[in-house]
Amino acid sequence: MTATPSERPATATAVRRERRSLVSPGMIALYAVLVLIALFFVVPLAWMVSTSLKTESAVFTDKSFIPANPTFDNYARILTASGSTPVFRWLMNSVIVSTLGTVLTVVLTSLSAYAFARIDFPGRGLLFGLLIATLLLPAVMFLVPQFILVDILGLLNTYPGFILPGLAGVFGVFFMRQFFLGIPVELEEAAYVDGANRFKTFISVVLPLSGPALATLAVISFLAYWNDYLWPLIICEGAGCTLPAGLRNFQGAYTAQFGLLMAGATLAAIPVLVLYVFAQRWIVQSVTSAGIKG
Amino acid sequence: MTAGAAPLAPPDTPRRPTTTSRRRRIGEKWYTPYLFILPHLAIFLVFVGWPFIFGLIISFQDFFIARDRQGIPAPWVGLKHYIDLFTPGSIHFGRFWQTLWNTVLFVIISVPTLVGFSLALAALLNGRFPGRNLFRSVYFAPWTLSVAVIGLLWWWIFQSQGGLITNVLTALGLPAVGWLTSQPWAWLSLLIATVWWTIGFNTIILLAGMQAISRDLYEASAIDGANKWQQFKSITVPSLRPILLLVITLQVIASFNLVGQPQIITNGGPPTAQTTPVLLHIYNVGFAQIGRFELSVAAAMSFLVALIMVAVSVINFRIFRSDES
Repeated sequence: MTATPSERPATATAVRRERRSLVSPGMIALYAVLVLIALFFVVPLAWMVSTSLKTESAVFTDKSFIPANPTFDNYARILTASGSTPVFRWLMNSVIVSTLGTVLTVVLTSLSAYAFARIDFPGRGLLFGLLIATLLLPAVMFLVPQFILVDILGLLNTYPGFILPGLAGVFGVFFMRQFFLGIPVELEEAAYVDGANRFKTFISVVLPLSGPALATLAVISFLAYWNDYLWPLIICEGAGCTLPAGLRNFQGAYTAQFGLLMAGATLAAIPVLVLYVFAQRWIVQSVTSAGIKG
Repeated sequence: MTAGAAPLAPPDTPRRPTTTSRRRRIGEKWYTPYLFILPHLAIFLVFVGWPFIFGLIISFQDFFIARDRQGIPAPWVGLKHYIDLFTPGSIHFGRFWQTLWNTVLFVIISVPTLVGFSLALAALLNGRFPGRNLFRSVYFAPWTLSVAVIGLLWWWIFQSQGGLITNVLTALGLPAVGWLTSQPWAWLSLLIATVWWTIGFNTIILLAGMQAISRDLYEASAIDGANKWQQFKSITVPSLRPILLLVITLQVIASFNLVGQPQIITNGGPPTAQTTPVLLHIYNVGFAQIGRFELSVAAAMSFLVALIMVAVSVINFRIFRSDES
């Protein structure tokens, strides 16, 4: 993915062409276009943060990106709000659901994937085929029956209600199995000869070799749980919601109070954006590999 | 946005010869592999397997959650809900087909836009110059956000009172249009918000595909005097075909799943239901009519829509497969 020294052009003409090209009119035009496009992506985010720092009256009168009288009042108001818009509760719910959901997804799907990758057992092909077949099924057909199921189990508005349907997903099994198949079997044979059983081999040999794949799956799972919207919206109410679903209720509660709304949106955006700033290259690579392999 | 909801999973083809270690080891209990798969499989069977069947069952009933909570069994109505959906003049006929058409319309306008522009973005980024990874990361950043966040943000940006776009248009002396209150602007608003939110995903996938193309091809054609556009047309696009078809397939599915943006940004209008996609309509029928959650009707609609989506996926898959052979 990234340019390595070996990829550099071998011929002298190519090297000369590249050196020259950095200051050529063509390169200046390219940078101009790239910066303009970057503005299209950055300006709305800047506007969101800017609005969140303005007072309710300044939102409509102060049209600049740098607020004349910046204030954190909006954040203070929504974070201490209770009643129908307990934003802090929603934020905590999102943190708990996303963290638990990610950990459980990684643990459960890699356990299952390991058996599918490494152990022959009756029904293996059939079971794996069954799991993979559901990747083809559109999520919409599960919406109503999963809601009724969660109602029957008494899990409406609870953490397990948010987490369990996502945990049933099969992408992780498929993704981790592909990775395990690429690990040389000989490494496990050595552990086996030393007397380790399957589980011990899995923990002490396979998992330590699987860091990048596990991390990729964790990133994908965390983003999926953190950003999940429609499912929480269906099963939650009031203080039980996660932040994205809560923001929808928020929209109804604070119609046209855009300073408050943008403070709420910024709060939901900041954790992933901060994570992204520190690990952007790696997150992009994770999503790319998951997207292509999926 | 299901991260990597993958329609193109290849069947379980043996990629490597079975080795001794993939068989059961001597002395290993027969149930060992089942212990590994059990935790996930149990949840899968309860939360995917059972709903798959139960969803079909209740589409043949008149299921109401309040009645179910009292233990009263739902009456069977046979094919009633499906027949209604195909009977002009029945209560659910008009809205269902109108909103299904809205979804198809969004697929038609958004897939070429999102694939075309992402191809252009990937081509721009497919060089070796300082800052390339930074630009790529900036373009991809909105994809990491929830639809709730981007929905509220663009709802605010498109406001005719104080909205950013109206401010800019007014400052330039251009007439302001009612982005959220008239057509075709409401659809355009949804398209712009969706492009902003998701185009980075297509871009990074296509860019990875472009970078896998051998540089020799470009260097050889450069020696033959080919310019950048000729190279793009006759090397990049043909070599990219499999990845391009993957991106198109994923985009068709993603656009079909449109629901959050119109719910938050245009509230499904204007006028009533003009920008309501079928998934939002299903949500409204099943979960948003206070006191009258028509879950059975929503389930029947879901199955019809799912059938259409699977058919579209299969057609895509066929194209993908025939292209590879």
